[in-house]
Amino acid sequence: MTALELPGSSEVPGWARYRQWFRSRWDQGGVAAWLLAAAHLLVGTLLFVVISAVPSSGLLSAVKVVLLGVVGIATVTPPAEPYTAWLAQVWAQSDRGKLYVVLGNAALVFFLLGIVIGSPFNAFVGGIEGLLYFAAAYAMITLALNLHWGYAGVFNIGVAGFMAVGVYTMAIVSSPVDPGSSGVPGLGLPLIVGIVAGTLMSTFVGLIAALPALRLRADYFAIVTVAFSEIIRYFLLSGEFQAVDLPVVGVIGTGGAVGKSMPANPLRLLFYENSSATAQPALLGELLFPLFQGLQLTIIPDGYAVNLGVATLPIEFTLNFSVQPSVISGFTEVAVLVVGVGAFFWLLRRVGNSPFGRVLKAIREDEVVAKSLGKDTNAFKLVSFALGCGLMGLGGILWFGQQGYVTPNTFRPIITFYIWVALIIGGAGSNVGSVLGGSLFVAALWEGPRYLKTTAESAVSFPSAPNNVIQALLPIFQGEVGPLLSFALSNIQAFRLIFIGALLIWLMQRRPEGLLGHRTEEAAAIPLTRPNGGETDE
Amino acid sequence: MSSDDATPATTGDGANELATDTDDPAPETAQLTGDRDVADSPLVVENLRKEFGGITAVDGASFQVERGTLTGLIGPNGAGKSTTFNCIAGTLDPTAGSVQFQGEDITGLSPDQVCNRGLVRTFQIARELSEMTVLENMMLAPKAQQGEQLRNAVLPGRRDAVIEQEEELLEAVWETLEFFEIDHLAQDNAGTLSGGQRKLLEMARALMTDPEMVLLDEPLAGVNPSLEEKLLERIHDLREQGQTFLLVEHDMDVIMEHCEHVIVMHQGQVLAQGPPEAVRGDERVVEAYLGGDI
Repeated sequence: MTALELPGSSEVPGWARYRQWFRSRWDQGGVAAWLLAAAHLLVGTLLFVVISAVPSSGLLSAVKVVLLGVVGIATVTPPAEPYTAWLAQVWAQSDRGKLYVVLGNAALVFFLLGIVIGSPFNAFVGGIEGLLYFAAAYAMITLALNLHWGYAGVFNIGVAGFMAVGVYTMAIVSSPVDPGSSGVPGLGLPLIVGIVAGTLMSTFVGLIAALPALRLRADYFAIVTVAFSEIIRYFLLSGEFQAVDLPVVGVIGTGGAVGKSMPANPLRLLFYENSSATAQPALLGELLFPLFQGLQLTIIPDGYAVNLGVATLPIEFTLNFSVQPSVISGFTEVAVLVVGVGAFFWLLRRVGNSPFGRVLKAIREDEVVAKSLGKDTNAFKLVSFALGCGLMGLGGILWFGQQGYVTPNTFRPIITFYIWVALIIGGAGSNVGSVLGGSLFVAALWEGPRYLKTTAESAVSFPSAPNNVIQALLPIFQGEVGPLLSFALSNIQAFRLIFIGALLIWLMQRRPEGLLGHRTEEAAAIPLTRPNGGETDE
Repeated sequence: MSSDDATPATTGDGANELATDTDDPAPETAQLTGDRDVADSPLVVENLRKEFGGITAVDGASFQVERGTLTGLIGPNGAGKSTTFNCIAGTLDPTAGSVQFQGEDITGLSPDQVCNRGLVRTFQIARELSEMTVLENMMLAPKAQQGEQLRNAVLPGRRDAVIEQEEELLEAVWETLEFFEIDHLAQDNAGTLSGGQRKLLEMARALMTDPEMVLLDEPLAGVNPSLEEKLLERIHDLREQGQTFLLVEHDMDVIMEHCEHVIVMHQGQVLAQGPPEAVRGDERVVEAYLGGDI
């Protein structure tokens, strides 16, 4: 990681010398270093605030924007150098460090965005919750896909379908027999039965898909998997199976295009008396929720204004630390997903670090060789494919099962595509890379932009967004940036796809193996070194 | 080492004991004795025929390989050596004829089944698993690894046995790597090895399957002279320990110098077979090599 470069900074000798001095002073450590950094940031921020407060229009406002940019970069650059150096060190140190760097920086950006935009603390905590929830969800499915592509080299682009099988099976098995006015009845079995049934069902469906298809070449197999996933989605969409009256079990069904509500989440019962949306808090809820209510820290009371001479700057500095009950209980769902990631990681590392994983890697590298060394490659591919599909089903259950309601269109192929992006970012073949890729994808490309949109829109009222990009760009020449900003924010979902595309192109050119794909995670149950404690010569 | 349980070397008499085969399309080749013992001929190929569309690549080839020998299969380009080789190894399915190994008919078995019966092959262009380390390449090969069963690899109670077996295998692997003098490369990715080192790795890996017989497909192609020497030395060492080899080469000199039995193929048929000196003098062999077919 290199430090941010201020454009043209090398031609400004004073600035370069200041940066050098800042760095060397920082490296000496101590309280003075922190004071220096704080002073630097404070001066920069004040300058920024003052400039932004200057009323301007037309050409002057364009100058103001440029000036703000320069001040902003100058404020950030000197402290960013030691910070990035420190991050690089943490990154290099351990796998856990890598995850901390990704999630910690995302949280930091969320926090700073929240402060700059001035969103409530609750939104920030909610944003972190969403970040962790989706990071864990993506990490789980990416881990399962890594077994297929990273280990066995099986090109599965039907991930969404196998998740759908798991989620729907769980819902049908565990939905109440008498769902009330809305919804389709299920078998009413305990949730754990539903989860096991869903996992087994997606394993089975994976087996069914793979049995005939593994004889095909990799690219044709990929077509079969995506077709399979779409067949599953259309099957679920079909009205024929919306609610079927079966002889022994009674009425069950997929809910068709309307979708299907998930069985009550037992985690909610930890906090509430029942699972309805309007339920009263139960014991734990009553104890926990008030702790996070009404925590306010007023540093500068409302309505205080700083007169800067040129402008009056209203400063509101009330820190409201209240967190909504839904956000608090949401963290238990996050916890379940994190445990899920841990379990997946443990299992898949065990699978990978074994003779079984070794054969899978060999199949990925050269199936003919694996065959000529006596390995029944089809059997290995079949078992690993079914296992991966089962994990996708289980991951899907933990992910979507907690969201209350799914429709068949939740499982469009685009989800498969996102999982693939996460795998490519992290680097196929590395389990750590899969977790990292899932987290990074969610932080930078998924929850990050969404958080920006929701916080910005909740705090600042933008002019209504222009209808097209021309109308958004033209006002810039009159010094109006507002239309462009609101256009970008309201279309951030679409921009997200552009970011993903650009990132993929960049990654394919610069680092086709992803973040950790270059790494050798030895496929053996023991560390492969010279026996008898001898030193290996590298 | 993989030759632990190999049968005692029968090289002495095996070298002189040559194949007779009534179906041999070249019956007038050098033949010394008529009787043969199946136990001493692990590999028997009879009337092997392979057609690709209208082209007949192998046209009724019959020969056998004696236990503990280094047998060479030579012939000019397009003679059908590689096709024969692939039919034996299970990579190709012969159109007709049979391949018997240790008295069992292995015709048309898949490559993994052939390997599991003790007949392992190498490839003409070394096919190392390039993104895996040399050690991983080696550890892949041994047969009957408990950890290849998913439940043994994953379930806590069963994993101990897997780890124990892995430790044993690792020791055997190091010994083999030391034997081939590539142990200093053990932890490198196989893709970073030189061409000759890859050939060594491939042979070492094949031996880790603990084979009864090794099929070597042009092991010297693209190997520099000093490594070539080393490779041949290793082959001779292993043969002396009782290992059986069938070697496909198109370089006549290598075969003539190192093999005790030579099978010459031409246009899909066995043209001549016997000890090198007998084959070398065979007019038809000379013609095949020096005639219009080089």
